[in-house]
Amino acid sequence: MLEALLVMALGAVVLGAALGYAAVRFRVEGDPLVEKIDAILPQTQCGQCGFPGCKPYAQAIAKGEAEINQCPPGGEEGIHKLADLLGREVKPLSAEHGIEKPKSIALIDEQTCIGCTLCIQACPVDAIVGAAKQMHTVIAKQCTGCELCLPPCPVDCISMEPIPESVESWKWRYPVVRIVPADKAAA
Amino acid sequence: MNALQRLFRFNGGVKPDYHKEPSTHLPIAVAPTPTLLVIPLHQSIGGPPRPLVKAGDGVLKGQRIGDADGNVSSAVHASTSGTVVAVEMRLMPHTSGLSAMCVVIEPDGRDEWVERNPFDFRAATPTATRDYLRDAGVVGLGGAVFPSHLKLNAGKQGKLDTLVLNGAECEPFITCDDVLMRERADRLLKGAAIMREMLAASRVLIGIEDNKPEAIAALEAASAGNIDTTIQVVAVPTRYPAGGAKQLIRVLTGIEVPHGERSTDYGVQCFNVGTAFAIYEAIALGQPLISRIVTVAGNVGQARNYEVLFGTSMRDLVALCAPLPDTDRVIMGGPMMGFRMPSDDVPVVKATNCVLVGSQKLFPQPPPEMPCIRCGECAKACPADLQPFEMYWFSRARIFGKAQEYHLFDCIECGCCAYVCPSRIPLVDYYRFAKSEIWAREVEKDAADLARDRYEFRLLREEREKQEKAAKLAAKTAAGREKAAAALAEAEKPARTPDEEAKHALIAAALERAKAQKEQVHPENTGNLTAEQRAEIVAIEARRAEIREQAKPHLRQDD
Ligand code: SF4
Ligand code: SF4
Ligand code: SF4
Repeated sequence: MLEALLVMALGAVVLGAALGYAAVRFRVEGDPLVEKIDAILPQTQCGQCGFPGCKPYAQAIAKGEAEINQCPPGGEEGIHKLADLLGREVKPLSAEHGIEKPKSIALIDEQTCIGCTLCIQACPVDAIVGAAKQMHTVIAKQCTGCELCLPPCPVDCISMEPIPESVESWKWRYPVVRIVPADKAAA
Repeated sequence: MNALQRLFRFNGGVKPDYHKEPSTHLPIAVAPTPTLLVIPLHQSIGGPPRPLVKAGDGVLKGQRIGDADGNVSSAVHASTSGTVVAVEMRLMPHTSGLSAMCVVIEPDGRDEWVERNPFDFRAATPTATRDYLRDAGVVGLGGAVFPSHLKLNAGKQGKLDTLVLNGAECEPFITCDDVLMRERADRLLKGAAIMREMLAASRVLIGIEDNKPEAIAALEAASAGNIDTTIQVVAVPTRYPAGGAKQLIRVLTGIEVPHGERSTDYGVQCFNVGTAFAIYEAIALGQPLISRIVTVAGNVGQARNYEVLFGTSMRDLVALCAPLPDTDRVIMGGPMMGFRMPSDDVPVVKATNCVLVGSQKLFPQPPPEMPCIRCGECAKACPADLQPFEMYWFSRARIFGKAQEYHLFDCIECGCCAYVCPSRIPLVDYYRFAKSEIWAREVEKDAADLARDRYEFRLLREEREKQEKAAKLAAKTAAGREKAAAALAEAEKPARTPDEEAKHALIAAALERAKAQKEQVHPENTGNLTAEQRAEIVAIEARRAEIREQAKPHLRQDD
């Protein structure tokens, strides 16, 4: 028990240090525009924009080498925000890069999973846990819904499940303006 | 005592019709135990409690069935003894019409309590007392259901100037606090005394709107016999929303708590009177929170207040009051701040201060909204000193950042602005919409930040692994490379590592194989040819041979 705790604690410390180091090591020096664009991008890291991740796409936009309508997970709202930030014109989402879908997360059918670790290698945010020949599981909170783990799976046991609405996540709807037919309004 | 108290006032506010009288004629009645109790696990602000029971378990009255999830959470208990028939998703008393986890209990009719022991809070540390109240499920009963143990903390100074008990009850139709103060004043004051000690407060002010003379008299009578002279009953002018925490604090103490700051830092803390009673029951009697007083009013034959077990269906409760035949809706809370229920078959929970029965006649559809004429009436009525029309404009246009700049989150959704708006704009609907959109974006942003960190960490890890591999390889082949470097005449040419040598050998072998294969394979489409075709092929081959001859010198150069 104690050993396990110590191992976990050590792991936490090491990972924490590594994350801290990563934050410093991978900081893009002195380009606040890239940072601003990157802050708008959804960080799904899916690569649908044609770049290997959100940050590279942000860099390409900043350099004027990419359009602002290539990120399907960011959707229309993302395009509007980028257009506002950069003073560019709003364009509809480029169909060639994909379509906007409801946010989903990956679900591994644990009965079918053969523990091949291919999905673990594909996941850009290390949201899948499992070891060789052991069943894998997606950590729902960390999954960005990028779908990159789907193609490598040799037994097709990963599916994307839309996140259901709950009492906590429910949003008030936009107030509907009632239109009353003229005859009824008069009555 | 009243005369000594100097009162302040808050800006704005309205005077709607109060409709309070019908439900105060009869004393509080105990609502009968229903045949089935549906107790939602998540009944407070904070994390949803974890279920402690499963289908088939027997439970006693007051037994904990949901354990607080962390400190910002609050436990839930079985409202009576019986058998758990299911732990499942059930329709919530929530506008969304969505379901959440509930413990469904079939009462056994014995109403048998768990062992109850008073809690000696004087002997316990403040933290232990707070933990006890968390596990007793005590939350604010004014409607916000904020866990009380989190508020029973004296803040930085370790003591409080004023403990405010909120008995204003300004919302129309609702009288549950009124009847509680009338009928249970002595126990309420004992609760207040416990809270005063816990918070080390120098005084307790109980603020009551002056339209409740019976409640004021009852509390004054009860406190007259009390040795604790620090408790004062104060009548405040009747004006909606005098019962808003910030508004009442302002009226009683003149203190205005700025946005984003805690009232404890200004020496004040405010609780509902019902909460004080619940704290008395939990500490002095050892009873967790399993029921509350609920006003049933509106479109009913006999409005009344009931002591209702949590989990009782609103339908059963309304049935006790002879609802009129044209009833078409049930609202939880009052007409100003209440929420329309998706059905009347939803459970009474800790937040249910009132079940307001409605009909088309009682609450007619408002006429369609008209454009805002910027008359400023809403700003005059706003008790939070906001500019509702600006917030409306930006919420409607979905420019949420701007709406926030106009302090959208200071809005207490009291509905005063919509009440006075001559264009009958459902302003609060727009604020609720904008607030939930902003919250959702906050959640999304946190998720994106997490993903960014994790992605960058992964990049770092991959980079590190690459470097480690390269370093290992370099170490392994250092010796071999030195030899190779010495052997090679051109020092500039980088030596091939054994690995690369092996690769080269493999590639060469593969090329060799491919060549051999190619030679073996004969074109398939050269059988059964006509004489003409054959002649053509011969001609082409001849041309190719010629070209090859011509190309030879160049090829050699390249070699
Ligand atoms: S689990 Fe799959 S869908 Fe989720 S982030 Fe990882 S690779 Fe993407
Ligand atoms: S009261 Fe109504 S019409 Fe007047 S300014 Fe406010 S929102 Fe506009
Ligand atoms: S609902 Fe909000 S904006 Fe309207 S009056 Fe109340 S506090 Fe002010």
